[in-house]
Amino acid sequence: MSRKSFTGMLVIAAASATALAACGQAGQSDGSGDGGGGDGGTTELTMWTHSAGNPAELEVYEQIISDFNESQDEYEVVMESFPQGAYNDAVVAGAAAGDLPCLLDMDGPIVPNWAWAGYIQPLGLDTAITDALLPTAVGRYQDEIYSAGYWDAALSVFARQSVLEENGIRVPTVDEPWTRDEFDAALVTLQGAGYATPLDIGAEDTGEWWPYAYSPMLQSAGGDLIDRDSFLTADGALNGPEAVEFFEWFQSLFERGLASDAGTIGNEEFNNDEVALSYTGVWNAMGSLDAVGDDLLILPPPDFGEGPKIGGASWQWGISADCSAADGAREYLEFSFQPEYIAQFADRQVVIPATAEAEELSEMFGEGDPLQPFVELSQEFALERPPTPAYPVISSVFERAAKDIMNGADVQSTLDQAVTEIDTNIESNDGYGF
Amino acid sequence: MTVPAQQITPHSLPDDDAPSLRTRRRARSAREGHRSAYWMVTPATILLVLFLIVPVLLAFGLSFTNARLISPNPPRFVGLDNFVRAFTADPTFVRSLVNTFVFAAVVVPLQSALALFMAILVNQKLRGVTWFRVIFFVPVVTSIVVISVLWDFMYQRDGLVNSILDTLTFGAVQGTNWLGNTDTALGSIIVLSIWQAVGFHMIIWLSGLQTIPEELYEAARMDGASAWQQFTSVTWPGLRSTMVFILVTITIQALGLFVQIDVMTQGGPLDSTTTLVYHAVQQGYRRQETGYGAAISLIFFVIVLVVALIQRWLTRDKD
Amino acid sequence: MSAPTSSGGPDTAAADTLTRRATERDRSEREAGQRRRRRLVVGYVPMVLLALFFLFPLVFMFVSSLKPDAQILSDVDSPQAFLPTGDISLDNYTGVFERVPVARFILNSVLVTTLIVGLGLVVNSMAGFALSRLEWRGRKVLLTVIIATLIVPFETIAIPMVYWVSKLPTLVFENGVPMYDFGWLNSYHVQIVPFIANAFSIFLFTQYFSTIPKSIDEAARIDGAGWFTIYRRIIVPLSGPAFATVAILTFLPAWNQYLWPLMVVQQEDLRPVMVGMQYFFQINPAWGEVMAYTSLITVPVLVMFLAFQRAFVSSIASSGVKG
Repeated sequence: MSRKSFTGMLVIAAASATALAACGQAGQSDGSGDGGGGDGGTTELTMWTHSAGNPAELEVYEQIISDFNESQDEYEVVMESFPQGAYNDAVVAGAAAGDLPCLLDMDGPIVPNWAWAGYIQPLGLDTAITDALLPTAVGRYQDEIYSAGYWDAALSVFARQSVLEENGIRVPTVDEPWTRDEFDAALVTLQGAGYATPLDIGAEDTGEWWPYAYSPMLQSAGGDLIDRDSFLTADGALNGPEAVEFFEWFQSLFERGLASDAGTIGNEEFNNDEVALSYTGVWNAMGSLDAVGDDLLILPPPDFGEGPKIGGASWQWGISADCSAADGAREYLEFSFQPEYIAQFADRQVVIPATAEAEELSEMFGEGDPLQPFVELSQEFALERPPTPAYPVISSVFERAAKDIMNGADVQSTLDQAVTEIDTNIESNDGYGF
Repeated sequence: MTVPAQQITPHSLPDDDAPSLRTRRRARSAREGHRSAYWMVTPATILLVLFLIVPVLLAFGLSFTNARLISPNPPRFVGLDNFVRAFTADPTFVRSLVNTFVFAAVVVPLQSALALFMAILVNQKLRGVTWFRVIFFVPVVTSIVVISVLWDFMYQRDGLVNSILDTLTFGAVQGTNWLGNTDTALGSIIVLSIWQAVGFHMIIWLSGLQTIPEELYEAARMDGASAWQQFTSVTWPGLRSTMVFILVTITIQALGLFVQIDVMTQGGPLDSTTTLVYHAVQQGYRRQETGYGAAISLIFFVIVLVVALIQRWLTRDKD
Repeated sequence: MSAPTSSGGPDTAAADTLTRRATERDRSEREAGQRRRRRLVVGYVPMVLLALFFLFPLVFMFVSSLKPDAQILSDVDSPQAFLPTGDISLDNYTGVFERVPVARFILNSVLVTTLIVGLGLVVNSMAGFALSRLEWRGRKVLLTVIIATLIVPFETIAIPMVYWVSKLPTLVFENGVPMYDFGWLNSYHVQIVPFIANAFSIFLFTQYFSTIPKSIDEAARIDGAGWFTIYRRIIVPLSGPAFATVAILTFLPAWNQYLWPLMVVQQEDLRPVMVGMQYFFQINPAWGEVMAYTSLITVPVLVMFLAFQRAFVSSIASSGVKG
């Protein structure tokens, strides 16, 4: 290639970059999205979602946004979507650069951290709206509401009725769930019946799934991630005798081959009848219903002593602290909490709608609909993860400790080390305001 | 039989400095050289200062504070606390240090030897040899993120690697969950890392091989040297400077191991695959302890620098 | 080795000699043939085995991209993993296009990559020229500093870097009037400018340029040429292989950028290809689409490599990379 043509190519590339950047900015006079006033009368509100790559969810947002933009001419909402795996990184980078949008969604347990850091402001929505929501669909920090969501998710145990009956295993109910010993015995029986690994517990997954899925079990056993009275130490909660006993059982599941971390993420193994029981979320229910039909049972998680527990709080919406058009953001959010929209989110993504009204509109979660059991499970057993700014650190420490235990580490010393790490972190952050 | 170990440099011609006549001209040209040199290095220098030196200095500064990624509290100066903590109160840091060295100690010799073997293979005068060069190089041009996702999938207990092993050995070898087993996780990552990068170093060795003149081999053959003797007396001495280059680049690359860990194992199981760079990112970003993460990075820089200097000293030109 | 010469006496019949020579030639040809075959076996067998080792994951990737998720999982314990059998379709590819703006991402990556490589060649080769062919104060120090920066892995400085680029001034046009604003996030230039200067490229140029005899410069100086002219008219045209090598080596990381754009680019319109990978890891990963997308973004690079491989291999070879 001659140098001349190469220079030419560079010039063309640079020119097209400028042109493309201009197109990218088109219709977005103020990309920073802090709601800076436009002189044409409409104020732009940028919103970030974690939903890139999830067309079903994006479609509902696009519908809400276009309805809202048409319903008034003071504000114009513009959406920017990020892939979930990269979303928190993008928000943290945006905050470091002082460049957060007015509206942003966030995973429930991280709300206190972002509130404490000053990323988001108190939500200030009409209380009629927030009061009607499932309690776990509302994010609080220090008794102040910072976020609200359209839905919640719930975990349960999937099973086939025929398989339980063949093996003489009692079908548990919400009032009378399996005890730990019953659950354990059922797994042993199923292993004897030819299921090489009877339970898909989801251990091949990583990240937030670990505290989401397994810390409710720990709570059901009488332990916890942190002492919820003071929020200043994990000592006694994460490494007390109840916690140790639970984790010894957890470890033995893997030692005895009752569960494994070698599967594939998702519910394929259950749908193909390679495992008998699957500890998984509502989002996999439609797939299993298609595969299994009427034989599918949606069972409450086992009771480890303190009653079954299910992790609550999913993705919720908040308003950034620097938003200069917070009133517009509130107006949009209040507009968006209409039952039809909430029902659409629920049905498109197979998650539990956050209001009773939307439940009835839903084709999956209403009275007599196939996934109605999840609503009951969520109402009865949902417990939020500890609402403390230390949560991201707790989550990361918990994941590592639980994985180490799964892989055979000594339970007591692993939990003690985890407590030390959490407490050191809380201390070095001056108690995170508690 | 001895063949002089010549240093061959491509295009190298004697630099015919004519001494006396041009001295004055040279002095002037040197002054101009100064000026031209300064403005020719300026763009690169400014960019490197802005986008490498400044962030590195920022990171160094942070390492003496308790800076948080997310916090309403301003950072405090904490002296050497972070460094003390790393060596005395953080077992994962020590494991990261050990794993990083183990990884480098295995990968550096294995990868450079395999690369040399492959380079000799594709330096044969055989029909279709170019195709093999291309095939061996294909993993290099594939993104390491893509490769990590792909191998993560293949390393599962019911994955492709185990089914291949099973077929090849007629069921004699029962595979494990490669990345979930403390005995095999680091080894599995070593295999995939070599698989990905070895093609690049093969090409570098090949370039070295092709600068060795054919006459040296002919002379050796005339003296009746065997293939192995030709290798030890002609090929290897001729590859000396290439060897130094390969050693340095593989070492730096190996010590910086990160993406594979982040995508595939997140340092587990039981810290068996955690590395320094991974631990620095984990602490500084995911656990939000920016100051501590920066301190680990600083320790990492010092270690790499020391290793590089030792290598430089071991492979220095003795003449 | 040549066949032993016939040692027949002067009286030997000519025909006899011919026959014997013919047999000997036959035998030596047979031996040579055997040697050739042995050489071919010794030469090809390891290469073929290695080729299988290097190709199997990628064949698996391409083949899997044509299968539904359930079949990918069930095929892995049989040779079918490598065969396009069963339920073959382009569904995954259609799915990819519905989920990700593929064309836009590829376009963005092409632009970013072209500019990093192109501007990098100019900036780094000029630096390499000054460092290798000119004598000036500070040369040694700068060269040492540049080589020392090779050891900095990007991940460890990413966070301070985000903070830093968000404070840099940028030129904006408001109604056609140029003005300054602060913050480089969310743009093309934040993906390009930090990666133009590259210590490794400077190092390679310095090495290569120093192998070109300095007498050429002297001659040009006598003819009145300035240093920039020498660089542009003499050294650059002589250094094709070095430019090709640096172009390829800077192309790969630029195309594969992942962590950095994740952190600094918020608008979907500006994202490069590798970020698109994340789109397929929802609650349950869509493996078929992951394979289809990775195939899609790997193919352009492979095609380019195939097209240029000859020039590429010989350019690295002749750029004489040295320590």
